[in-house]
Amino acid sequence: MNQFDVIVVGGGHAGCEAAAASARLGAKTALVTYQAVKIGVMSCNPAIGGLGKGHLVREIDALDGLMGRAADQGGIQFRVLNRRKGPAVRAPRTQADRKLYRQAIQTLIYEQNNLFIVEDEAIDLIIENGNIAGIILTKGGAVKTGSVVLATGTFLRGVIYIGDKVWPAGRMGESPAQKLAKRLAYYQVKNGRFKTGTPPRLDGKTIDWHGLDWQKPDSEPMPFSFLTEKIKQPQIDCAITRTNTETHRIIRDNLHRSAMYSGMIQGIGPRYCPAIEDKIVKFGDRDGHQIFLEPEGLHDNTIYPNGISTSLPEDVQNVLIRSIEGLQHATILQLGYAIEYDFVDPRQLERSLELRSIPGLFLAGQINGTTGYEEAAAQGLIAGLNAARKAGNLLPVFVQRTQAYIGVMIDDLVLRGVTEPYRMFTSRSEFRLSLRADNADQRLTPFGIKLGFIGRERETAFLQQNEMLQQARKFAESVSLTPNEATVYGFEINQDGVRRTAYDLLSYSGINGARLAKIWPEFRKFNARTMEALEIEAQYAVYIQRQKKEIAILERDEGLLISNDVRFNDIPGLSNELKDKLLQRPPRTIAEAQKIDGMTPAALFLIMTHSRRFNHSQETIA
Amino acid sequence: MDTIFALSSGLLPSGIAIIRLSGPCVRNALVQFAGFIPKPRYMNFCTLRSSTGETLDKALIVYFTAPKSFTGEDCAEFHLHGGKAVVKRILEEIATIPGFRLAEPGEFVQRAFLAGKLDLTEAEGLADMINAETESQRRLAVIGSSGALAVLYRDWRNQLVKARALIEAEFDFPDEKDIPNSVSTHIWANIARLRDSILQHIRDGKRTEAMRDGLKIIIAGAPNAGKSSVMNRLAGRDIAIVTEEAGTTRDALEIRLVIDTLPVLIIDTAGLQDTENRIEKMSIDIAIARMKEANLVLLLDDMHNPQTVTLPEISATVWHIGNKLDLSSGDYNKWPIQFSAWTGEGWDNFLEQLTMFCREKIIEIGNVVPIRKRQIALLENGLSELNTALKADDSKLELRSEHLRFASNYLGRITGDINVEDLLDVIFSEFCIGK
Repeated sequence: MNQFDVIVVGGGHAGCEAAAASARLGAKTALVTYQAVKIGVMSCNPAIGGLGKGHLVREIDALDGLMGRAADQGGIQFRVLNRRKGPAVRAPRTQADRKLYRQAIQTLIYEQNNLFIVEDEAIDLIIENGNIAGIILTKGGAVKTGSVVLATGTFLRGVIYIGDKVWPAGRMGESPAQKLAKRLAYYQVKNGRFKTGTPPRLDGKTIDWHGLDWQKPDSEPMPFSFLTEKIKQPQIDCAITRTNTETHRIIRDNLHRSAMYSGMIQGIGPRYCPAIEDKIVKFGDRDGHQIFLEPEGLHDNTIYPNGISTSLPEDVQNVLIRSIEGLQHATILQLGYAIEYDFVDPRQLERSLELRSIPGLFLAGQINGTTGYEEAAAQGLIAGLNAARKAGNLLPVFVQRTQAYIGVMIDDLVLRGVTEPYRMFTSRSEFRLSLRADNADQRLTPFGIKLGFIGRERETAFLQQNEMLQQARKFAESVSLTPNEATVYGFEINQDGVRRTAYDLLSYSGINGARLAKIWPEFRKFNARTMEALEIEAQYAVYIQRQKKEIAILERDEGLLISNDVRFNDIPGLSNELKDKLLQRPPRTIAEAQKIDGMTPAALFLIMTHSRRFNHSQETIA
Repeated sequence: MDTIFALSSGLLPSGIAIIRLSGPCVRNALVQFAGFIPKPRYMNFCTLRSSTGETLDKALIVYFTAPKSFTGEDCAEFHLHGGKAVVKRILEEIATIPGFRLAEPGEFVQRAFLAGKLDLTEAEGLADMINAETESQRRLAVIGSSGALAVLYRDWRNQLVKARALIEAEFDFPDEKDIPNSVSTHIWANIARLRDSILQHIRDGKRTEAMRDGLKIIIAGAPNAGKSSVMNRLAGRDIAIVTEEAGTTRDALEIRLVIDTLPVLIIDTAGLQDTENRIEKMSIDIAIARMKEANLVLLLDDMHNPQTVTLPEISATVWHIGNKLDLSSGDYNKWPIQFSAWTGEGWDNFLEQLTMFCREKIIEIGNVVPIRKRQIALLENGLSELNTALKADDSKLELRSEHLRFASNYLGRITGDINVEDLLDVIFSEFCIGK
């Protein structure tokens, strides 16, 4: 019988990062997928990044993950969003050539040591003494392992809807995972139903491109990965068209034939990515909704019309597409559809993404109720890391919400659960000014180095860059000007007699590294990235000091562990309502307990008191 | 870590009042008030001065250095004379020192616990105490969540949610045509209005502070209606007396009582009668003046020997009470409440009604003004964040938004928390998102 340290089920974005992370840590890892050629496929829109999402990609990259590097090799329209706004809300995004992206991921996967691809279907879990002991494959039979990562995306009891046509499927043209879903239900894993959708794909040769608006890429594409020097692919423009009142009329008249509105679909869909039917029902007063005509590749005529995801029947999709400017003669290559699937209530997970009820079983990606490639990949990385640590008998590790968007997401998922497919936004982070796309490496790479899963190349590059930043900071803090002198150089400073260091000066708007280099030529020896990092850091210094205080308090409470032996039911003085909530998902730390609705200082105090009884033996671990 | 402080002794006025301070900046407060850092663990007699050098009080102070203190941090205690004005003034002075803030309920104990200063039994005992404290807070919160105050707070909350949502939409959905790029520029006028409304609310709160000292209940009636017996019975039975002091005028006697956790000031007045006597007339004028600022007038009548008195025009509720029920009962239309202050007959019913009245009254008061110092402190913090946000310009929109978030955090503790889902709800209902 075959044996692996870690088995990852699913070759999507979560599965790939999980498998690669586990293998990077040195675990003998299997990646089980139906077809190896589908590894790294982008099943929905051909784009990576955006607000919150671009931050996640940078964080994945800082932990030596795949997504950033692959996007740099597949990106064909790089744009930094919110370029005119502050650095904390800027984020990289790119359109991606599906084929280039998939190839880049596959290459990274194949090149990874300790990683084995298994083309098969996982149909059952082997559980011994309540722990994962292996999985059963259709072709390969039983395979032993102590750590499994399920990254099955929309495949768990997936059902596709087009109008009144309904069939079980994981993605268009691929079978769903029915047996695995049944097994999870058998083990009392609580789940829910979500839906998502995708637009019809169009043949670009049949589109009339004249007269459409165009969106241009940045003149200097900024890569995702801290390791990428330069983007080599050609960059393309992207056309924009819009729906009109005729389109809206067609949709309104046929609403009863949409799977979403005929009552066939029960699952809840994402509000930020609504079907065109939803847009018309909820925002019928608008005269049009914009559609981005995104090319699926440099040498691919398929066009992804972003903005008109639909589950209307085929004949309506044809008419509705042809009502749109530029698409009057467009041919549909693949129909739009809605897909409904099982997700597991993520409140059943530890923050290592291990299922509490089945130790050794980790879940990552859409199965946890999220949406988006970036969200999935980020979870995959954490699940893979912890699955491998588990295989090596190491304690779980996680990223805190004070450190990274990855931490924000996992914290939100496991503590609050989901009511719609979860997507990352910068507004989800209380520490937005600290958690920036530009400093993801500073925030996370040292953590990765400590854990031993950062490659040599990245470690060296990071340490060099970090050393330079420290020198630049030290220098900037060592030289200063009086307000009088500052005026001579044309800086507007309060004439209060207080000397300002170069670092202080950088926090003023209008003062940048280039201007300072005219006074202190020493700044010229630092590279552009260093100077930019220094500018941003100085600009936010006051706020980051303040956030550090908030973070310190949060981290103190994270450090206060609640013993597993605490019986919340037996604590006198807790209300029944609170007991119910505590039992639903027993908090592991005081910080977690604090986030429970209706928690009072007195109740927290009681919990701490009772936890102390058991904690004496645990404190050394914490 | 903030340095926290609070009045740690009981209700004022009292013989002495103890203010406790704990945290890294305690030494700064000692230097500012006493002018020196006393030898740790010794009581020192000294004069406390304000930042402008004015004498505030002569007090005993004691300093404990970390970790040998109740909380494990630097601690100090000021033992003051227990007058309200003195304590209030000193609390206000401390609040102005950077790094200091009023402690949350149970916070000293929590810090002590975190520093490992309490054993389990002590900790459990203290938990009960915090529980009691939170219970009274919760009740205030319940009061706050009904009526006019609740409407006001909900309105603030909505304004803040909406403003923040518009800004966040601009950050998080930059490619959405439905969100015009300058959507957030429209919100600042609303934020300015919100700021003004909070400012006004704080002022109202301070002005009506006097009201929070207690409900004023006047006992009035013709001479010999039995006012003094009622006073004595109120003072002597069932209700805890806090202080008893001779009246400031020869005809008014005051007692302070606590009825259903609400402080009450009961004032006995001179008999109301037509008189030519100048001194008596003065007493009656005073009685009438006091009635005008009262919340409730108990107009006593001797049912055995009724006399007609005319009350001046007043806004207070008036209860017509028939006394001397032991001698004869009367018409319930004329005297809805009847008792004998002498024998106690009918007295329980009266007390019950009085308690109900007080309960309703505190709800009314709670509905128009912020009740606690802590609430005012939170409002003031929120206000200052809003002001900072208003002063900045849109070139630093993410920083303006940060200050609105801080403001939400402060105000949220009064008006209900604002979390990201609230913002997203507004965004998705206002804009068609999803390109």
